[in-house]
Amino acid sequence: MNTEKKLYGLTALFDTPDEIIKAAEKVSGSGYEKFDVHTPYPVHGMDDAMKLKPSKLGIITLLFGLAGAGTALLFMYWALTLDYPMVIGGKPYFALPAFIPVTFEVTVLLATLSTVIGMLTFFFRFPENDHPLHDSEYMKHVSKDKYGIAIFAEGPKFNESAVKDLFQSLGGKNIQVVYYPVKEIYPVFQPKFILFLALVAIITSGGTYFTLNKLMFMDPFNWMMNQQREIPQSRSHFFEDGFSMRVPVQGTVARGFMPYPYKDEPVPGEVLSNPTFPARENIELGQNKYLTFCSPCHGDYGDGDSRLRGQFPNPPTFHSNRSREMSDGMLYHIITVGQNVMPGYASQVTREERWAIVNYIRVLQRAKNATDADVEMIKKESASNVGN
Amino acid sequence: MSETKLDYNKKELPDKLVRLGYALLIIGTVLGIVGYYTDSTRAAYTYLLMFMFVLSVGVGSLFFVALEYLAGADWSTPIRRVPEYLASTIPFLAILVIPLLFSIHDLFHWSHAEAVAEDKLLAGKAPYLNTTFFIIRVFACIAIWGIFYLFMIRNSQKQDATGNQNLTTKNIRLAAIFMPVFAITISIAAIDWMMSLEPHWFSTIFGVYFFSGTVLASLAAITFVVVMLKEKGYFSKRITNDHLYSLGALMFVFINFWAYIAFSQYMLIWYADLPEETFWFMQRWEGSWAVFSILLIIIHFVIPYAGLLSQPAKKDPKRLKIMSLWILFAHFYDLYWLIMPNMEASKQGYVFSWIDFTFPVAMIGLIIIIFNMRNKKSNLMPVGDPKLERGLNFRL
Repeated sequence: MNTEKKLYGLTALFDTPDEIIKAAEKVSGSGYEKFDVHTPYPVHGMDDAMKLKPSKLGIITLLFGLAGAGTALLFMYWALTLDYPMVIGGKPYFALPAFIPVTFEVTVLLATLSTVIGMLTFFFRFPENDHPLHDSEYMKHVSKDKYGIAIFAEGPKFNESAVKDLFQSLGGKNIQVVYYPVKEIYPVFQPKFILFLALVAIITSGGTYFTLNKLMFMDPFNWMMNQQREIPQSRSHFFEDGFSMRVPVQGTVARGFMPYPYKDEPVPGEVLSNPTFPARENIELGQNKYLTFCSPCHGDYGDGDSRLRGQFPNPPTFHSNRSREMSDGMLYHIITVGQNVMPGYASQVTREERWAIVNYIRVLQRAKNATDADVEMIKKESASNVGN
Repeated sequence: MSETKLDYNKKELPDKLVRLGYALLIIGTVLGIVGYYTDSTRAAYTYLLMFMFVLSVGVGSLFFVALEYLAGADWSTPIRRVPEYLASTIPFLAILVIPLLFSIHDLFHWSHAEAVAEDKLLAGKAPYLNTTFFIIRVFACIAIWGIFYLFMIRNSQKQDATGNQNLTTKNIRLAAIFMPVFAITISIAAIDWMMSLEPHWFSTIFGVYFFSGTVLASLAAITFVVVMLKEKGYFSKRITNDHLYSLGALMFVFINFWAYIAFSQYMLIWYADLPEETFWFMQRWEGSWAVFSILLIIIHFVIPYAGLLSQPAKKDPKRLKIMSLWILFAHFYDLYWLIMPNMEASKQGYVFSWIDFTFPVAMIGLIIIIFNMRNKKSNLMPVGDPKLERGLNFRL
């Protein structure tokens, strides 16, 4: 059985730090390609004794530090100047002094994390839990009370008996030959193992749920949620009629509400007169509201050409004689209470806006039926505009 | 680890160097006096710059000595005489300051009575910023440093002969008292000599800013001298690159500390954006001062940071020599940046003048002469110090 084992190396133990430093100097000078020293604490001067080259770990730290600085700075540049420019405290979008603390933090974070992770993975080959020195007498001693040196079976110069002699000449104790452990392979998908995993999952999730939601459950900040108040749309235990939402006092009028008493007037066009003056602002307001509320059915120019593609009956044109002869009051009345299939717009369009729409309709009508005098006037006006 | 021989022989500095020191001192002083008669204001500002530099190196070195005692450090014990010698400029400050006191009127706007009468802000600050109290503070600070210097150095020197360990204990006590006193006095010195050049401006971090530069400059001076003397064999051979590494690492730390403090000061003022604070930086952005300000970051932070970042760089004597000289230059540059833009003639932009280099040249000579004087009197290594043996055995 022993003959099948692969040789890993030889180990020896020493009692004092001076001895181990001398031993390390001798071993590093005698040409063995790979050896290592294990001590319970860092021994000063060991790097020189072992003739170690400076560690390459610093390169990882540097690279990731630079990457951290670059990422942080570029991200903030992209986020705050390109993707979503935001003025903060009256500073420019790319406010470098404000970015520097964050850049510094991310640099340090990435550098330290990468150093630790890089050290564990690249240099210590984490987890490597079948290392030949594990669980050996040697490892127990060098992590407690002795200083050890190990020469590994690599390179042409390695010779078991020569190394033994070297250790003995240096005064090493407990000289031992270490072999690679026999690889033990277990199949992962064993029913017992799967069952065990499932059990662990159930117990942990169930335990967590029970602990957090039942055993240790607390209401955070519940004084706003659990106060004495009526919830809308629910039954009241306070008011006799059982409504939690109260009805306003009889005759209450909302702010800005203007009653429309002409709803059932037989000839409203003669009672209502236009209170507005068709100035530019008024016309522009009317145009805006017309295009929003009226044009879907009446068309952009009031031709009755609906955009609804026959899903709704087309309304009449505004340019018929009947429409043009309607008084302003009549148009207003129709917009307010509706006509035939057209609903009233009193709830969506305010009183002022409705009069503005009426004025705009007049504009459309005049534009469609322009006289020569109108054309002359427009020409004059545009000429004077050019003059400006 | 087993060696116990000290292996140290006292050597004196070569005559050539001392003669160079006297030559620099005389040439610098004569040129400076000529400069004073050509442009008295400029010469006064240059003299102030030189004075602040000597003060930085001297007081910073005393801080280093006190720090060693207080922290119980032993790695720096073998080289402690170098900061002690550099600190011996402190008694000379009392003489060096006298020409400055005669040019208070040239330097400080708050010393003009008619300006204070017109200015509400200056009138409010007058209880602190007035000539009498200013002179009292200046001499009080120098006296305090001088007393601590004399006692600490005397104890250290006595130990060479007697080897009495109680002297170390005494110095530890002195150092413990010195630290808070140092913190206050160095802030007062910074505020009085440099911040009050622009009496309308204020920054609460200014004292710390000057402190960081001070310690950095004195560390650089110590490192430079130690490397030079070590190469020429003035020290015991048992002082190794590990000692140099510690000096390099400390320099590296203070480069970062300076950058941290300088940036903190800038960022807070930039963020708050209050006109009564920002104008000081705006003044340093006027004309060619903008380039000067940008260069300050590169000279005082980027270059020394890159130069001392790696571990081998901190151990390499050649690199340390170059970097420590560079840092001394950077501190000079920093002081120049702090002091010169306040001068009326250079408010619009940086104006070069040969006068700026007269007194600094004299200063180099002065430091060499004082160092030589001290070196003649005592051993370059504290042979009686109980920590010396451990210090020599120091390994990383």
